Amino acid sequence: MLAGLGPADGDTLRRLHERLAADASREHLLEVAYRTVDSPVGPLLLAATERGLLRVAFEREGHDLVLDRIARQVSPRILHDGHRLDAVARELDEYFAGRRRAFDLPLDLQLAHGFRRAVLDHLNEIAYGHTASYAAVAAAAGSPRAVRAVGSACARNPLPLVVPCHRVVKSDGSLGQYGGGPAAKSLLLALEGVTPPSP
Amino acid sequence: MGLEPFETVVARYGPMVLRVCRAVVGPHAADDAWSETFLSALRAYPNLRPGSDVAAWLVTIAHRKAIDQLRGAARRPVPTDVVPERPSTTGQPGGWEADLWAALADLPLKQRECVAYHHLVGLPYAQVAEIVGGTPDAARRAAADGIAALRRSYLTPEEVKS
Repeated sequence: MLAGLGPADGDTLRRLHERLAADASREHLLEVAYRTVDSPVGPLLLAATERGLLRVAFEREGHDLVLDRIARQVSPRILHDGHRLDAVARELDEYFAGRRRAFDLPLDLQLAHGFRRAVLDHLNEIAYGHTASYAAVAAAAGSPRAVRAVGSACARNPLPLVVPCHRVVKSDGSLGQYGGGPAAKSLLLALEGVTPPSP
Repeated sequence: MGLEPFETVVARYGPMVLRVCRAVVGPHAADDAWSETFLSALRAYPNLRPGSDVAAWLVTIAHRKAIDQLRGAARRPVPTDVVPERPSTTGQPGGWEADLWAALADLPLKQRECVAYHHLVGLPYAQVAEIVGGTPDAARRAAADGIAALRRSYLTPEEVKS
């Protein structure tokens, strides 16, 4: 008998959700906004706090897992909302179209601590279309023997693409690991005009 | 184990809360009640104990928002530039089950609430009683009276009108 009360139609719920995200944003209750975008390296999850871009995640990382981890580490006040990530989505589009060589976005690096954070700062110094070895990054970060730690800092980079860990390769010229998978890494380097070395 | 992203809560319980709001405050005020419920829930969410009964928690919040809204509506005169509606001769305009809304609106508030919280959400009468006040038996009776009244006024309107 009460079936006439629902199912609530999708349009109404979408409209209500948008209103909730806007209200929450205005009252500073939307601590993490996220959306997904399509890209040549697969669907990307983008998440941002009010301070800036917090996380970029490849599909193989498991977007739901990534959001669960953000809920624990940052805040469970997480909603899907495009607006905060409009600029990020636009800059990524421009990058993949070859029209952008550097990102100009506020970043929230709270997911990277200590040495990992120092490594990320040095990754930003590797210019578009250039590569550096793990050993060179370790030396630049002031710990020349911490080559493996640089490797793990790159692997756990919360902001791949934007903080260009794909530009770090092995000393022998081979690609090394990548959070988005080796195919994504060679695609990005090819996009930037770096000829991938033959294995 | 921590709390899930709030988005998961909205996706899972959003439709249920909307049905509850529609049943208790009517289809038009329901959007506002829904929005205020989830905004308020988002504010309190980090303090929710993991493993809590989220449906009951949301209904408790929706209940308070609905009461606020009904009180507010009773105090405010409603200016309107819309003329009173006449019965449609072409079924249910806009897909709303208009007869059902009218039948629900005719129920006393307590019956409406108990019907919504028990039959729409599936909360046991003990929990319904905690939310609306009174005993589980009273909640059970209110829900039963409400359903009986709906059967008379909604399911067989011809018999009632003739």
